[in-house]
Amino acid sequence: MSLEQFKNRNVGSQPYVALDVGKPPQGGWCQFKQVVKRTFKGELFVGLWVTMKAMGKALFANDMHTVKYPFEKLPISPRYRAIHDMLRLLESGSYRCIGCGLCEKICISNCIAMDTRYDENQRKEVSEYTINFGRCIFCGYCAEVCPELAIVHGPRYENASEQRAGFSLFDDMLTPIDKLNLQQEYDGFGAISPNADENIKKTPLAY
Amino acid sequence: MEVVHLLPEITWVGVMIKAILILAIISALAGFGTFIERKVLAFMQRRLGPMHVGPYGLLQIAADGIKLFTKEDIIPQNANKLIFMIAPLITAATAFIALGAVPVFPDFTVPSWIPIIGDTFVPSIASDLNVGVLFVLGMMASGLYGPLLAGMSQANKWGIIGAARTAVQFLSYEVITALSILAPVMLIGSLSFVDINNYQSEGIGSWMIWQQPVAFVLFLIAGFAETNRTPFDLLEHEAEVVSGYATEYSGMRWGMFFIGEYANMITISVIASVLFLGGYDAEGAFGWLFIMLKIAFFFFFMLWVRASWPHIRPDQLMWFCWKVLMPIAIINILITSLVILL
Repeated sequence: MSLEQFKNRNVGSQPYVALDVGKPPQGGWCQFKQVVKRTFKGELFVGLWVTMKAMGKALFANDMHTVKYPFEKLPISPRYRAIHDMLRLLESGSYRCIGCGLCEKICISNCIAMDTRYDENQRKEVSEYTINFGRCIFCGYCAEVCPELAIVHGPRYENASEQRAGFSLFDDMLTPIDKLNLQQEYDGFGAISPNADENIKKTPLAY
Repeated sequence: MEVVHLLPEITWVGVMIKAILILAIISALAGFGTFIERKVLAFMQRRLGPMHVGPYGLLQIAADGIKLFTKEDIIPQNANKLIFMIAPLITAATAFIALGAVPVFPDFTVPSWIPIIGDTFVPSIASDLNVGVLFVLGMMASGLYGPLLAGMSQANKWGIIGAARTAVQFLSYEVITALSILAPVMLIGSLSFVDINNYQSEGIGSWMIWQQPVAFVLFLIAGFAETNRTPFDLLEHEAEVVSGYATEYSGMRWGMFFIGEYANMITISVIASVLFLGGYDAEGAFGWLFIMLKIAFFFFFMLWVRASWPHIRPDQLMWFCWKVLMPIAIINILITSLVILL
């Protein structure tokens, strides 16, 4: 959908229908007429037909809405902020984190704890890195502030646990080295979902 | 052996066997009815319904049954304990007693190759009363004492509202039931289900629904009210009165209310089939199959309606029954009696 089309809010051509509810009946005779009209109009059978059609479609056209959740999952939005992932550099395979500590500083729920040291090449390496997911509010500041796109939000949203405090270590969140070719870049907070065009429905502005 | 060969309805052995059969089959069917209801409603809402216990969720009934039987039987502190305990029994018992007087298949003789009970003549009905219709309707009506007493005895405000609504609903629909059945009974001239069935034994053209379409519709509407099915499920509507009369019930006592409700649905389906849709064909070989299909259709219709139509308020029910249905029923009776007279 181009910007031109998107800005066109002339909804006259859209399939909106003004509901014609008519006037309420005045007086006893009009009420009686309305009752008789509604009784013999067969509206009830329209309702029966709708459900029967839905049942036929569900059974024979495979039009079921049920998602058998643990076995099948719906795709999530690229903006979704779930459990964090630590990404690696694709070329060298070493982790992207430079140990700057910005994520720890910006974390508003104080759930990130990290410690760094210089390794033998005088390069900063992460010696301790934990995120307490019992405290984390998944605001996404850490991913937003990271200069190296090292800490991002991954797609794992099933984070029920037996304990309130659930610490996740750096190595647990780091992309496994043998799965480096499967590493997904986080699209970020402004990302639109792949099917955004289908989901847009223009609404009238003139209320 | 001698007792067995006297099995016709007059012997106590025959009546007892039939009573046990009714109890066993109908309570199993009532359990199966809950499964069918959940499945049909699910399909109509494009869901799958129970799927995980057994193939297509068929064993869900067993799981539910185990749950109901093993749950703790809780009686609230300030409840009237005796009445609280016997109220579900009233609902379940009257539902099964009502089923004792409705016919579900034609008379038959057990084939002679079956040992012991071979050659035994089995009449179609546990007890062919000459006032069968009256008895069944009376039994189903007295079944409403179950919700009424349950709601009043449980010291719960939702229960009280449920009980009040029971009384309201009872006063409204019972008139319609009686008046709608009166017209076909006047035409037939008998209250016995067997007579009613035989009156319509000449094929589809002789079915009562063609002579009394208005009475059929009225009876069906009143039947929905009688079984607390959806357009008229005021007694226990979750969105309004939590669970109405059943709020404080749990475990098997709650289960008995529902066995009673499903047994009543079956009874209403049988009455509608026998009274208006020709019942079983006493002569044909497949009469039992046809009446099963008719009963199944009415049962399905109740679930279908529940998926389709919204339910109405108590005042709307009273307005509808007293101001719309009762005049129609009386006009129907007047026209019927004029036709009979002329």
